[in-house]
Parts: sequence; structure tokens; C-alpha cells
Amino acid sequence: MVNEPLINHSHGVHDVHHDDGSKATFGFWIYIMSDCVLFAMIFATYAVLHTHVYGGPNAKELFSMPFVLTETFILLTSSFTYGLAMLASNKANKSQVLFWLFITFLLGLAFISMEVHEFTNLIREGNSFSRSAFLSSFFTLVGTHGLHVTSGLIWMLALMYQVMKHGITPKTHTKLACLSLFWHFLDIVWIFVFTVVYLMGAI
Amino acid sequence: MFGILTLEAIPREPIIVGTMIFMVLGALAVLGTITYLKKWKYLWTEWLTSVDHKKIGVMYIILAIIMLLRGFADAIMMRSQQAIAVGANHGYLPPFHYDQVFTAHGVIMIFFMAMPFMFGLLNLIVPLQIGARDVAFPFLNSFSFWLTAGGAALVMLSLVLGEFAATGWLAYPPLSELRFSPGVGVDYYIWALQISGIGTLLSGINFFVTIIKMRCPGMTMFKMPVFTWTALCSMVLVIIAFPVLTVTLAMLGLDRYLDMHFFTTDFGGNQMMYVNLIWAWGHPEVYILVLPAFGIYSEVVATFCKKPLFGYVAMVWATIAITVLSFIVWLHHFFTMGAGADVNAFFGIATMIISIPTGVKVFSWLFTMYRGRITFSVPMLWLIGFLITFTIGGMTGVLMSVPGADFQLHNSLFLIAHFHNTIIGGVVFGYFAGFSYWFPKAFGFKLNEKFGKRAFWCWLVGFYVAFMPLYILGLMGMTRRLNHYDASTGWHPFLVVAAMGAAIIACGIFFQIFDIVTSIINHKKSKDTTGDPWDGRTLEWSIPSPPRFYNFAITPKVDSLDAWWKTKQKLKENGGKKEQPHYEDIHMPKNTGMGFIMAGCIFVVGFAMIWHIFWLAIVGLVATIGCVIARALDYDTDYYVTAAEVEKLENEIQAEISDRK
Repeated sequence: MVNEPLINHSHGVHDVHHDDGSKATFGFWIYIMSDCVLFAMIFATYAVLHTHVYGGPNAKELFSMPFVLTETFILLTSSFTYGLAMLASNKANKSQVLFWLFITFLLGLAFISMEVHEFTNLIREGNSFSRSAFLSSFFTLVGTHGLHVTSGLIWMLALMYQVMKHGITPKTHTKLACLSLFWHFLDIVWIFVFTVVYLMGAI
Repeated sequence: MFGILTLEAIPREPIIVGTMIFMVLGALAVLGTITYLKKWKYLWTEWLTSVDHKKIGVMYIILAIIMLLRGFADAIMMRSQQAIAVGANHGYLPPFHYDQVFTAHGVIMIFFMAMPFMFGLLNLIVPLQIGARDVAFPFLNSFSFWLTAGGAALVMLSLVLGEFAATGWLAYPPLSELRFSPGVGVDYYIWALQISGIGTLLSGINFFVTIIKMRCPGMTMFKMPVFTWTALCSMVLVIIAFPVLTVTLAMLGLDRYLDMHFFTTDFGGNQMMYVNLIWAWGHPEVYILVLPAFGIYSEVVATFCKKPLFGYVAMVWATIAITVLSFIVWLHHFFTMGAGADVNAFFGIATMIISIPTGVKVFSWLFTMYRGRITFSVPMLWLIGFLITFTIGGMTGVLMSVPGADFQLHNSLFLIAHFHNTIIGGVVFGYFAGFSYWFPKAFGFKLNEKFGKRAFWCWLVGFYVAFMPLYILGLMGMTRRLNHYDASTGWHPFLVVAAMGAAIIACGIFFQIFDIVTSIINHKKSKDTTGDPWDGRTLEWSIPSPPRFYNFAITPKVDSLDAWWKTKQKLKENGGKKEQPHYEDIHMPKNTGMGFIMAGCIFVVGFAMIWHIFWLAIVGLVATIGCVIARALDYDTDYYVTAAEVEKLENEIQAEISDRK
């Protein structure tokens, strides 16, 4: 099973319902689109509420740009390393896939840890999500992204186990491709979070 | 240990206690019967763990029928309360209970009656119409169903444990915020909708991929049956609209659980944002429901008029136009918000424009009937009832799309009459048409025409008697959701008439249940051996009823619209000579109980969160994640039916058919 030729598209008409992974990937794309709508709604909410500080601090007073920039670069790098994992998967190189997944996992974990650190600091200073509508929407927007990253990390662990067990097969390759979509998508969402929340907040 | 759940949570009110006893006895009767007949194993292996789209479809429809009865019981309570609660008489429902009743009625009818009914019909028919053996993700399909059932179970549970929301079916804040609704009612609402909503979203993705990716060879987009087209557009709406619902309910939940301030009256919250968000989902939602109904009418009219559908291409583009337009009209639900004349004018005009593609559809159905050889079977009667009723409902909708008029009619019974006019006349009639039309496909025997027709006439007459008075009451100034009113208003006679209408509809429902029961008892007499009892036009009629688990022994090839009709014609021309079939191995998914178990875990999370039993919520969540991972690690999820087995099964069917003849 280990080194079968990857993604075999040459199925005949007689077997149109055999899943070659294209349905899963396509379905996952559609899921990503719906997730995109989900984030769009939270962004819209943030856009409406970010001025509703109710006498509390606003974005400019709260956020530290160097810290967030570090977070951003960590996440961007993790997207790059995931890309390397996919390249390795295309070559059916199991150990390289596992190596790059592991690096990606560590970077993702670092990102989440920094985010948790930021959140706890804000709460400790009395600027929790209950302080104002602005902070409610901030915590929800950034937190939703963080929850996504966290589930991506759990998924990555489960996938590393599967790659270890089954090697790079059409099935594990499809799964890697889906998580890849998810991971890059979260990166793109973060670019928007960075821009809308932190950069525009700093002005 | 049990959060805020105490024995106090069990209601003491006589009506609720009565319902409770009735429900518990009913449940015990069902469980006892299953045990007595020793059917638990059968139930588990053949139904609860099934990933077969046809069985999931049947389960969806059973759920819809049960919830229809519950929702209709609420309707009867409201109508009878309003018919007697005038002047000195305050009726039998105290305001707090009455508020829960109208909230539950709306929530149940939309989320747990109409939605499961729609997905039930989609499950039964869409894969058959496109010549597929299953949906794209059969396991996900089973999971979606059980999520929907879990949401419905939470709503039913609120009847016997605690309370349901008393906020109206969309739970507008600030009323739905913790400060004004401190009980668990709104939490039941949030979790029931959140859980079933995720199921709906997954189903939406599933059917979208199924229709895009799994059509049989030759079936291009413009050779798809109209029902499949409308299902596709409806699923697009699901995929775009349901995340909005998820976000909105999540934010309301965060306000209630974590003391956030999205929609609160202080700390900078904004209630109108909720209203905007919920309707950005809510308006597409009504099209999610009605588009498949339009599809059903299109199938029914072509079949029972023995003509190809008039203006197929126009019908498809009208469906697409409605799909797009449905996203730019949401503000017409709250013209009175004060957004200003320009904004209101935009949304008013956008709303009016929707009537154009809808009009195209109505004329297409009419022209299909024109010079057709019409058989007045039950589905056709529902179609005709729909054409008249829905047109009236559509026109009152156009009336209300004028912002100036809406300022008068907003939240009056005129509005209530309008949307029941379109939802009952459009959605419900459509699903009933589809139910009687496809029932023989699902079970292999027809429903009784006589009782079906009686049910139709009761529904049609009952509808007009129940809702026409509401238009008048709305114009007289009666607002919605009133528990009691003064005699000097002059409303009383109209409300008595409306209550009679509800009673006539009750007769209709009685006939439907009676129809189903007697048809099942007498099913041997009404057996359909052809698989094509209505002389249909699309692929679902080309296979035996009920279809084998693999649907098509041989994947069909299609080169035109109404593929099965064309095939039948060719068979007639060459004297019924069929080619010798050549069978191949069939790839099928294995049944799994994982969907049921995962949805069960999520149900536990919902229940625990409602009652603030946080340790149990964590246990449920961890169990859910564990199940997801376990499922992901399971690589043994499908199998092959060999060509020899297929041949054997097919020959059995042929033998059965010739036996019966």
C-alpha cells in the first residue's frame, strides 16, 4: 500500500462513483466557502462594534504591534512549511511529510500559545470580553480564528498518526490536501484579522 | 453536580403535565412495542446505523410528521385561546405559557417540520433523479440527520424539563438576553437550533457536491430534472445562509453565557445588528424551503399533464434569479427600523423584483397545463391548490413590500396571514404533493386516492377559513402574538372563524394520517410492480420500487431531458426489446453507528450547556472529538457488491415482478 501511484484519475465510466478523492476535496472547498461566510459575518460585526468602546480602551491603546507581527510571521511560516509537507507528499516521501508536519504543528502551537498569552494579559488588566461591545467582538473574532487553528492542530496530530500507519496513499494524500486547504485558509483569514483589527486599529 | 437543574424544573401546570403524561405514555408504548416485536436489532442495523440515502430520507420525513403534529397542536392552542380570550374571559393559557406556545410553533414548523421534510424528499429523490448510487458523503448524511433529530429532541425535552423560549421564533434581543429572559428557554432555543443548523449546513454541502459531481454520464446541467435544479439552488442558499445563523446564535449565546455585549442594552451592544444578521439568514431560509417545493410542482405538472414542462430553461433561470435576489431583500422584514427612505426604497424595490421570476414560474406551470392531458390525481390537486393560494400570498407580499404600507401592516395579523399564505400554500402543499407523488417510489405501493383528496380539500378550505379572517384583522389593527383583547375591538367573530378553519385543517391532517395507516395495512392490494405508477418522465421511475440499496444495477446514460420518458418511447418503437444487461461490481459505503453516536454526544453537550452542567459538557465534547478521530482513523468504510451478486438480486426482482403479474 505504501508507495502506490498517487491520485489515479483514469477511472472508467463504469466506476464513476468510486471516490478518487476529488469529491472530498471539492466538498472541502465548499465547506471552506461556508466558513468564509462565517468569518465574514464576524468581521462585519467587528466593523460595526469596534467603535462601541463604552468608555473603555480602544484598539490603539490595547494592542502591541511587535507582538502581533511576530504571531503573524509564525503563522505565515507555518503555511510555508505545510506547503513543503505537501510537496513531500506529492513525491510520496513519508518521513519528509512527517518532519514538515511536525514543524508546522510546532509553529501552530507557538501561535496559539501567543494568542492565549495575549488574551490572558488583556483579561488580567481588566479588559476582558465583558468590558465593552468592542472587546466582545474582538475576542470573538480573534478567538474564533484561534479555535479553528486549535482544531487544525488536533487534526494534524491525527493525520500524522495516519501517515505513520498507512504511509502516503491516495487516501492520506487527499486528507493532507484538505488540511492544507484549511491551514492556508486560516492564514488568509489571519491576514484580514491582522489588517482589520491590528493595523487599522493602530491608526 | 447538576448545574441549575433541579426538580423544580419539572412544570406543574395542568396542561403541560397532561402533555407530559401523554408523551411519556406514547414513548413507553413505542419502546414497548419494539421490545415486544423484538425489533431492536432490526431498528439498529437497518435504520439507525443506515447510510442509505433512501432510509435516511424516510427517517427525515417521519421526524417531520411527528413535529408537524406537535407544531399543529401549538397552532390549535393559539387559535382556541384567541377565540375565547376576549373581554372578561382570559382564556386557558396564561401569557407566559402562551408566549412559549407561539415561539415553539414557529421554531418547530420551520426548523423541525419544513426543513426535515425538505431534506427527506431530497434524500429520497435527488440521487435517483441523477442516476447516482448514493450521496457524495453517505456517513455525513447520516450524521446530519441525527443532528437534526437531536435538535428536535431538545425542543421536545423543553416541554417536560424547564421551559422553552418565550421570545417569538427569532428570539430578538434584548428580550432574549439574560437580563430579560433569565430562564433556560432561550438556551434550549439556541442549542436546538445550533445543533440542527450544523446538520443542515453539512447536508447542504453534501447535496451540493452530490449534484455537481455525481450525475450519470450525459446528464449535463441543462439536462437535469427541475427538482434537482431547485435542490441545487436551495443548497447554495443553505451553504451561504446557515453560517450566518450559526454566528448570530453563537453571539447571542456568548452574551448569555460569558457576559459579552453584542446585543445587550448596555456596554455598547446593538440589538438591531441581531435583527439584521438573523434576517440575512432568515430571508434566504424561506427560499431554501420553497425552491424545492417549486421543483416538486414542476415534476408533478409535467407528469400529470403528460407534457414536457413548459419553458424548462426559463424555469431554471428563474430559480437562479430567485437564489441571487433572496440575499438582497432581508431588510424588508424591518422597514420600521428607521434605516431611512433610501435604504427602504432599495429593499422595497428588490423585493418587488422577486415577483418577476416567480411570475415566470407560475406561468410556466399554467402553460404546461394548457392543452395537457391532465389527470386529477392527488399531487395534481395540491399543485392547483398551490397555484391559486400562492398567487394570493405573493400579491399580499408585494403589497407589504411598499415601505409606506408596511409601516401600517408591520407585525399585524396581515403579516401573519401573508406568510402562512405563502408557506402553507407554497411550501407545505408542495411537500405534500411530493409526498404522495414519490410515496410509491419509496415503498412500492400507492397511497389511497380517496383519503388523499379528502385531506386536500380539508386543507384547502381550512386554510382559507383560517387565514382570510387574519388579513381582515390585520387591517383592523390587530397585532400578532396577543394573548387577550378587548371586546370593543370587534375582532372576536373573525377569530372564532379562524379557529374553525384550524379545526378543518385538523380534519385534513386526520385524513392524511388515516390515509397513511390504511394504505400501509392494505399495501398488498395497491402494490406497484412497474416502478413507474404515474408514467413518469425522470430517472427515479426507471428502477423498481422500492429501489435496491444500490439504486441502479447499471449506471444509466442520458442524452436529453425527461430521460426515462424518451427511453420508454424508444422501447415502444422497437417493440420493447431490452438489451441484455451487463453488470459490474458496485462500490458501496458500509453502515455505521458513528453518526448516531456522534450526534448523541453533541446532544449531551447541548443539554449540559442548557442546564450549566459544565463537567458533562466537557465530557460530551471530548467524546465527540474522540468519535471524530476514531472515524477518521477507520479506513474500512466501504465494500464492493460483486457483479454476480448484482445479477442475482436483479433476477430476483424480475422474478418477483413476473410472479405478481
